[in-house]
Amino acid sequence: MIRDITLGQYYQTDSVIHRLDPRVKLVATFVYIISLFLFHNFTGYLVAALFLAAVIKLSHVPFQYMVKGMKAIMFLLLLTVVFNLFLTPGETLIQIWKFTITKEGLKLSIFMAIRLVFLIIGSSLMTLTTTPNHLTDGMESLMGPLKTLKVPVHEIAMMMSIALRFIPILLEETDKIMKAQIARGADFESGNLIRKAKAMIPLLVPLFISAFHRANDLAMAMEARCYRGGEHRTKMKPLHYEERDTVAYTILVLYLIVLVVVRNIGFLP
Amino acid sequence: MAIILDHVNHIYGGDTEMAVAALKDVCLTIPDGQFIGLIGHTGSGKSTLVQHLNGLLKPTGGAIYYNGRDIHDEDYNKKELRSKVGLVFQYPEHQLFEADVFSDVCFGPKNLGLTKKEAELRAYQALRQVGIEKEYFYQSPFDLSGGQKRRVAIAGVLAMQPEVLVLDEPTAGLDPKGRDEILDQVAKLKEETGITVILVSHSMEDVAKYVDRIIVMNHGSVMFDDVPREVFCHYRELEQVGLAAPQVTYIMHELRNAGLNVDPEATTLEEAKAEILKALGKR
Repeated sequence: MIRDITLGQYYQTDSVIHRLDPRVKLVATFVYIISLFLFHNFTGYLVAALFLAAVIKLSHVPFQYMVKGMKAIMFLLLLTVVFNLFLTPGETLIQIWKFTITKEGLKLSIFMAIRLVFLIIGSSLMTLTTTPNHLTDGMESLMGPLKTLKVPVHEIAMMMSIALRFIPILLEETDKIMKAQIARGADFESGNLIRKAKAMIPLLVPLFISAFHRANDLAMAMEARCYRGGEHRTKMKPLHYEERDTVAYTILVLYLIVLVVVRNIGFLP
Repeated sequence: MAIILDHVNHIYGGDTEMAVAALKDVCLTIPDGQFIGLIGHTGSGKSTLVQHLNGLLKPTGGAIYYNGRDIHDEDYNKKELRSKVGLVFQYPEHQLFEADVFSDVCFGPKNLGLTKKEAELRAYQALRQVGIEKEYFYQSPFDLSGGQKRRVAIAGVLAMQPEVLVLDEPTAGLDPKGRDEILDQVAKLKEETGITVILVSHSMEDVAKYVDRIIVMNHGSVMFDDVPREVFCHYRELEQVGLAAPQVTYIMHELRNAGLNVDPEATTLEEAKAEILKALGKR
């Protein structure tokens, strides 16, 4: 059940996307997310969809696997759609009692839904194809210039990598405790909101206790190995740009150019 | 009255490249009142198997019957099943959450919809069954020792008064004293109440003394299913799959090879002692 959440998980396989430098993937994801908000016509979405589809195809991660992860954010998606649908002023299409659906609202909510779906698939594609270690290495390297502004870049990266590393562990733990409590007759599904919230206590208390234990053990283990932050710390596998990374950057720039062109001429409404 | 597993299969991550078949065509009948040892090395599918017994996992193929009814029928009451088939997970102390020991044990019976009085009575009985003294009843479960915590957690399942008790590695991480205490208490409980007990373990030594039937799992399939002495006869094969027969078995075989007329099928220390004395006396 809870294992179905694929958001933030790494999918082990071999592909061009997996082998890319994490910095490329980080920049590409960032650019892609921004690009989703650059245009307002269907041609733009088509280009974004094609780009995404190509990357998914290259990544060798099964599409169903990503869709399964989407279920977790279904509620957020629905909420956005409903709010946009009913609260956008404009030309009235349908009126049900006090609620009106406008033409603009319909358009906006569809755009919003597509954007959110693309955004989530795009960013989960990054985590699915990059190991947490690589991801934080990339982040640390990209944020490097901020060090001159006294931003604790290494520490932030370390915290991120620990947090990411703990997601699957805690998910597994949640699954285990949930099963154990279900075996004792606990019910996590039925009842109203207050009952459901109350039913979470037997799950959350053991989960927090174990998380604190783990954090404590980890801190101890790090100290035992003389960890003392990022200063003068070297890497076993420093990041290097390869030829494929240059190619990837080029493709990204091309994608952006196409989008900007499409944004300005857009041959579909 | 029995649990029947009919060609049960279970595949984890069926739609990814990482698909693993954890159970392959498992057929078992577990009649009432048996004391069963379920043995297998790490990753042999024991834990997956026991989670099928109370419907926590649904088989990807095959069916499971409890008292003649398919537990995955639409109208089957899973909650009732879980009170009848009590499952104690590995490291069950990690599921404790209440402010005191007594309320934690009450959690199970309360979930069954029992009155407060009835739930408390059951909790009291269960705690006594696992040998927790009254002085600990109102302490925080987190202040207890490892062995005590585990016994409280077992009491949490016992308080539901199951007909079948499944213990998944109940002795993992305990010292020899804690291990013997728990196993002795389980054996005592079995004797007093006559419930079915399934003891999951990777140590033959642990179970040999108590159980009347051993099921050996290997790579998701049932490898042996017989009385202990018959299973231990295959000690060479057991070694090949990363398990071992009890040390007694090895000693008896060695003695026999050395020319002493003993029955190598003795499984417990007592039996072995009697055999050796008999052989020596005869001489």
